[in-house]
Amino acid sequence: MQYTIHSLKKGEKAIIKDFDIDVIPLKLLEMGCLPGSMVELLQIAPFGDPLYLDINGSHVAIRIETAREIEVELIKTNL
Amino acid sequence: MSVENINVALIGNPNTGKTSVFNQLTGLNQQVGNYPGITVEKKIGFCKLPHGIKANILDLPGTYSLNASSMDESVVIELLLNKNDKLYPDVAVVVTDVENLKRNLLIYTQIKDLEIPTILVINMADRMETKGITLDIPLLEEKLKTKIALISSRKGTGIEDLKNLIVSYKTLQHESCLNALEIDPEYFTGLQKLFPNQLLYKLWLVITQDVNFSNLDRNEIRNAYTKSHSELKRLQQKETIKRYQFINNVLKDTLKIDATMAKDIRAKLDRVLTHKVWGYVIFTGILFLIFQSIFSWSTIPMDFIDSTFASLSSWVAQELPSGILTDLLSQGIIPGIGGVIIFIPQIAFLFLFISILEESGYMSRVVFLMDKIMRKFGLSGKSVVPLISGTACAIPAIMATRNIENWKERLITILVTPFTTCSARLPVYAIIISLVIPSRRVLGILNLQGLTLMFLYVLGFGTAILSAYILNKVLKLETKTYFVVEMPGYKLPLLKNVGINVVEKTKAFIVGAGKIILAISVILWFLASYGPGKDFNEAEAIVKERTAEKQLNQVQFENEVASQKLENSYIGIMGRAIEPAIAPLGYDWKIGIALISSFAAREVFVGTLATIYSVGDSDNEATIKSKMKQEVDPETGSRIFNFATGISLLLFYAFAMQCASTLAITKKETNSWKWPAMQLVFMSGLAYLVALIAYQILK
Repeated sequence: MQYTIHSLKKGEKAIIKDFDIDVIPLKLLEMGCLPGSMVELLQIAPFGDPLYLDINGSHVAIRIETAREIEVELIKTNL
Repeated sequence: MSVENINVALIGNPNTGKTSVFNQLTGLNQQVGNYPGITVEKKIGFCKLPHGIKANILDLPGTYSLNASSMDESVVIELLLNKNDKLYPDVAVVVTDVENLKRNLLIYTQIKDLEIPTILVINMADRMETKGITLDIPLLEEKLKTKIALISSRKGTGIEDLKNLIVSYKTLQHESCLNALEIDPEYFTGLQKLFPNQLLYKLWLVITQDVNFSNLDRNEIRNAYTKSHSELKRLQQKETIKRYQFINNVLKDTLKIDATMAKDIRAKLDRVLTHKVWGYVIFTGILFLIFQSIFSWSTIPMDFIDSTFASLSSWVAQELPSGILTDLLSQGIIPGIGGVIIFIPQIAFLFLFISILEESGYMSRVVFLMDKIMRKFGLSGKSVVPLISGTACAIPAIMATRNIENWKERLITILVTPFTTCSARLPVYAIIISLVIPSRRVLGILNLQGLTLMFLYVLGFGTAILSAYILNKVLKLETKTYFVVEMPGYKLPLLKNVGINVVEKTKAFIVGAGKIILAISVILWFLASYGPGKDFNEAEAIVKERTAEKQLNQVQFENEVASQKLENSYIGIMGRAIEPAIAPLGYDWKIGIALISSFAAREVFVGTLATIYSVGDSDNEATIKSKMKQEVDPETGSRIFNFATGISLLLFYAFAMQCASTLAITKKETNSWKWPAMQLVFMSGLAYLVALIAYQILK
């Protein structure tokens, strides 16, 4: 199974690898959600959805169904 | 020295303090209107610059890029592509937030590529120190090929620098940031060959954007050289990546952020405000505070306004020579205006809270907190804002649905928002509650009247949510779900911004609604003061004959004449015509008149009753409320506004679609008569049914 933003745990950081451009709103790209950008999962809403992210310095909330489409690579931390 | 007039356009992402910059430049010297044909707010202000130059400052709607995804954003592109528009900017000022510089620069590079002289404003400079941010401004200016004003709209610093830069706009460079050829050399070379005289980036915008152009034939360009939707989007992505590469390159040497300084208050506040328990507790608390202010604090100024206008009417009636004009003034116009002015405290309170919540960044957290719950009902987290704004007025609330990306969620929000208790219902509720619900304390601290009002609000929200649930099941619409919410940093709301917002919004509402109410009041006064036939014109003789054996004193006799006249006036005839239809709901013909006249706007109800009971009444000093209290059924002698009729009226106004402006805005926003027609039939049908059942049970 591919690793997506949806797979992240709270506080984890990852690098965006790839996504299907047809299902991602352009607005999200314009906010900096592009391959190579860093993403951190800051908060999960009380009922598990939406997700509150820091993408490349932009703070945005997206729904799980969008998060599921964005493939990422986890940054291993030594903590 | 010749006086020069220049156009300045303020452009920028939402949450960059663009409107604060606008307020700083123009003060209260602003005009708020609408763009023709659409309901996007158009804000123009005036500013005196050095060297005797005058500037028209246009505050364009906040947008993330020139790729329009909403009507608000289309306005920006349409203006920037149309050199013949009389507001076409001589110079564009792009406002950015120093903390989000990278993202905010995206639109800057796009504007620059349109070859419009562009000044960059870096706002919130006062936060640089606490955030550990340092900028190399001269190098940044060189790399971005422009002039930069480093300002703090919050502290009011740097505004003079900005004014000086605007004045010398002619010295700005025109060089672009990104050569469109770089996006896809093959495609763009072909495009350039077909239209050698046009700017390549402009052609690209014409191809990708679904906006109107007056001087570029979009179809010609599109047909000549287009690609599939998916291919175009891929190119747009490539464009975005190229632009970010450019920006990263620029910021690499010019922007330094000391990460250790960035001790974030945001994370701490987020943890509490979006907490699974505290988040909802705080949100409920804030809602409670808002309603408390509307129900209880605003009654003090409202009572004052009510009694002031009542005494003004009687003063006019006494001091001016008696005649038709005085009657019109004291019985039509003054009570009419009073019926509008009385709204100010409640509307101002609502706009005050909403603008504080939005300015502080809290509203986005509410959206985040509520999205999952709202989705169960076919709504979006973003529907919370319209539903709350709906307690002020459904019109701005329906306009606020524009940032809901999903069409089905947006449509449902538009359709159910008018159920929320808007401020126009408040005067109706307030007066009827005070007439039929005893002012008694229950359970120690709660006031029965206050509880009733709160129940009506809950009823409004409940019906909205329930209708949304049903609509979600019934409506078969296939739409892609997009949901992107920016979570801005927390800011202390600026008094000046909040103040200007409250004043502008209240003014717009009062003037807009006021015109209708005033016009209706005058028409009503006329219809109530004149009538056809001898039943009206010979009222005195008829009453004299009818009451011959009764020993009436002068006052009683005059009252009898007045009511004989009202009953046979034009409006009395109209009211009696619909009486059979509304009698089962417990309403007499006078209430019928108020129902008819308030069809266009609910708030007219109270004003109408005020006008009806003022006509022929020598005692103008009594307030509307006491006049309604005295009103009795001429046959049975029982009070008209009794408990059953009161409850029936409350329920009728809770559900009925008595607002022409809302229907008009729904038509505009959905671009179809189908949806407003559905609102009207469904809401008013429900209102009649519920009021009927309630009256028949309670009477």
